[in-house]
Amino acid sequence: MTSNLVELRDLKVSFDGIQVLHGIDLDVKRGEAIGLVGESGCGKSVTWLAALGLLPGKARVSGSVRIEGRELVGQPRAALEAVRGGRIAMIFQDPSSSLNPVLRIGRQITEALALHRNLRGEAAKMEALRLMDMVGIPDARRRFDLFPHEFSGGQCQRLMIAMALAGEPDLLVADEPTTALDATIQAQILDLLIALRRETGMATVFISHDLGAVSQVCERVLVMYAGRVVEEGEIGTLFDAPRHPYTRGLFDAIPRLDGERRRLIPIHGTVPDPRRLPEGCAFAPRCSSAIDACRHLNPDLTDMADGRRLACLRPVGEAWSVAAPAVLEGAL
Amino acid sequence: MMVRFILTRLFRAFITILAVITFAFVVLRMSGDPAQVMLGPDAPNETVLAFRATWGLDQPIWVQYAAYIKSIFSGDFGVSMRDKASAIHLVIERIPATLQLTIPALLLKLAIGIPAGVYAALHRQSIIDRGVIFGAVLGFTIPSFVMGLLLVLLFSIILGVLPSGGQDTWQHGILPTLTMAIGGIGILARFSRSAMIEVMGQPFIRTASAKGLKWKDVVWSHALPNAAVPIVTIVGFMVGSLIAGAVVVESIFSWPGIGRLLVVSVTNRDLAVVQCILLVVAATMVVSNLVVDLLYGWLDPRLRSQSAH
Amino acid sequence: MTQLLEARDLVRTYQVRRGLFGTSTPVRAVDGVSLAIKPGETLGIVGESGSGKSTLGRMLLGIDAPQGGDVVFEGEAMPKFGTPRWRALRARMQLVYQDPLAALDRRLTIAQQIGEPLEIHRIIPKEHRAARVAELMAAVGLRPDQGGRYPHELSGGQRQRAVIARALASRPKLLVCDEPVSALDVSIQAQVVNMLRDLQDANDIAMVFISHDLKVVRNIADRVAVMYLGRIVEEASSDVIFKTPLHPYTKALVSSVPVPGKVLEGRVILQGEPPNPANRPSGCAFHPRCALASDLCRSRAPDLLAVGAGRTAACHMVQAPAVAVAA
Repeated sequence: MTSNLVELRDLKVSFDGIQVLHGIDLDVKRGEAIGLVGESGCGKSVTWLAALGLLPGKARVSGSVRIEGRELVGQPRAALEAVRGGRIAMIFQDPSSSLNPVLRIGRQITEALALHRNLRGEAAKMEALRLMDMVGIPDARRRFDLFPHEFSGGQCQRLMIAMALAGEPDLLVADEPTTALDATIQAQILDLLIALRRETGMATVFISHDLGAVSQVCERVLVMYAGRVVEEGEIGTLFDAPRHPYTRGLFDAIPRLDGERRRLIPIHGTVPDPRRLPEGCAFAPRCSSAIDACRHLNPDLTDMADGRRLACLRPVGEAWSVAAPAVLEGAL
Repeated sequence: MMVRFILTRLFRAFITILAVITFAFVVLRMSGDPAQVMLGPDAPNETVLAFRATWGLDQPIWVQYAAYIKSIFSGDFGVSMRDKASAIHLVIERIPATLQLTIPALLLKLAIGIPAGVYAALHRQSIIDRGVIFGAVLGFTIPSFVMGLLLVLLFSIILGVLPSGGQDTWQHGILPTLTMAIGGIGILARFSRSAMIEVMGQPFIRTASAKGLKWKDVVWSHALPNAAVPIVTIVGFMVGSLIAGAVVVESIFSWPGIGRLLVVSVTNRDLAVVQCILLVVAATMVVSNLVVDLLYGWLDPRLRSQSAH
Repeated sequence: MTQLLEARDLVRTYQVRRGLFGTSTPVRAVDGVSLAIKPGETLGIVGESGSGKSTLGRMLLGIDAPQGGDVVFEGEAMPKFGTPRWRALRARMQLVYQDPLAALDRRLTIAQQIGEPLEIHRIIPKEHRAARVAELMAAVGLRPDQGGRYPHELSGGQRQRAVIARALASRPKLLVCDEPVSALDVSIQAQVVNMLRDLQDANDIAMVFISHDLKVVRNIADRVAVMYLGRIVEEASSDVIFKTPLHPYTKALVSSVPVPGKVLEGRVILQGEPPNPANRPSGCAFHPRCALASDLCRSRAPDLLAVGAGRTAACHMVQAPAVAVAA
């Protein structure tokens, strides 16, 4: 069999007849950290919500999601409940509103411990305190009985992580975990995620629009656009030489803290409405290297020589460098 | 700090009750002469004047008011003009009868209204959901006197299984209780439904599901405690009107409770009794509001302490 | 006059009630901030939650009245909020903030809203207004047909452009932007940032750009002020401050920005939480989280002093390290 922990094959999702995910193929190995980047509407969160069956009832999910060979799509609720938290845990974007405001935080953690590790009473409390220490909550014993609103945003995210770890999951899916937090706190949480991965050996899927954050935590990155994966590769390979025009465009559009103050190179146009996807490649209308074929053919995600996967008929050449922007501007 | 809170609330309660009494006082005296009403239109003039003198109605209104307020503080709530009985005793006597209707009605409202609303919220767009909404709207839009008469028509006249008036047996209480309950069930169902829908859309419900909790645990342990907060406010008001809420129903069904007493006394301009009833009603309302306020703080921890991020 | 806007020792406090039954305590959101903006210049203000940067932005426009200090715009004192003089001044200074959907009226078309300032300030006679609106829409990159649309029919980036067009209608001299691009996708952010810069250059507009996103501020601002707990802790040109930050907090902020492709090396990870304005530490507000804190830092708050050509910092260790250590 494969050594993959989780395999997504041709995962499709539609809401009320509008398709938002167009067939995602993705592997996560044991202990691996992969990043999922893209902008709004690309489907990066929907992918994992669908995998865990957390989408609202009107969502239609098809395709295959396997965890160590076991299929999840189309399974009854009970089967999904067995996987959630215990095998695959997920943390979300807005930590302050992702915790139940009327329940004490200790109780929310011990609930997960009772559910997945059959720990109750004093034993559960001990373990919960250990988890709170592990995620860096100072003075955990005194804070055990506090309510979520008595913690800051960063601390709430740590608590969510503690809750997620309670089930000793094989995979942690972190959906924009640092987006709503202050810059210095973001750095702390990223650090925490890296440290925890080292300690527990669990796999991580880091979903974000922030390429920089992803590059801190992950070994491999998938770039998504309009419900599809358009490029995938090792961090180093991808960041040195992005080959999909969208990936390239993302890099160019991000301002840099170092170097000269340069005019940003935006990607013209906007993300397409899922109801009105263009024929052919979804990125073609915004792509500076699009040819006629791009507007009729939707390129498949194919394996490349350097180990990456790419869905593009006219990928960016190897000669991409910091100097290129000036040339490109003229072309635009 | 807690003491200060309660004291402020009590003070406000006191002002409210005072406002109610004053308002009633003034309106009652402006709206008709008790003497004429009590004695009939044919009574000779001297009798009317004598009546007025006995009851102090010939005094200027602020004198009457001052006298009344003074007497309340010494525990004297006045005397009924009709049968010379102590007003407060008359009122207290009637309370049990009213409660015999309102308490079962409240229990029905809670037992049917809340579960119906919650169930509808968890099964949105289903037939049950639509049915609950439809039923709820019917329930609270049909005025209680229409509902009462319809029930009488159905059960007393057509089916002949239930009595239509009086307080002789426990079966007499069924129709009035039902009439009272139906409107409240509708309100509670609608309200519980929207409270639950709002809670279920919150991010922390998704977190609870993502933990691997069984659906019923997500609903019971996570959703309901949050939905309880707004629902408790409504229930609080319903408790507040345990005494006052039966006026129309008692009139239709000739049920000898406070509501009926109020109607009769107002018709007769029996001032002391009316004022006494209003005082009791205002006090109950105010107390139940206070309890709801305190309960709120206990149910929603965010109101208890202010965190500063 | 050389300065378009000058703020001197601004202080803003508000009351916070602790709990349902508690007493109120005053909290200083802005604690003695002075700054100056030249015409056409862009000042970036960065900081995290509790830094007071948004409050400062509103004070510069005269929306929040200071409890101490004053604001002088074009040589005149800022009139009180709501007075006719203050309202007339809106034509010269405008606010753009984070949520464009909230800033636009749901029931008016885009063209109507962009033209509203022209109407309010009676800048242009009625017959020429449509032409000016069309001009503004073109300048921000909106298509003419989008003028008849309603806000909810446009994307986030388009809405923000409409908000900016409206802000520019009265030809203001100052634009205060509070997190104007934070809610936008990266590729759209770049479009809007470029557009802001172009418009600024074309119309000689000064800008105060408030953001928590250092990368964007680096790109658009000429000078940057870093705020911590209601005070400016460092101010310098955009090139210098991010390349060689002096204040320990600025260093930590710069360190915390993940750079694509570069793994953590030599990073300063700040421990602890952003401070609570209601619970101000003694002396220098940053000392609980500062690796260099000395006794002096714990007892006396440093002033914002010059520490080089055209730069200031509020830190004992930076201003006079020897003295600070000895203290």
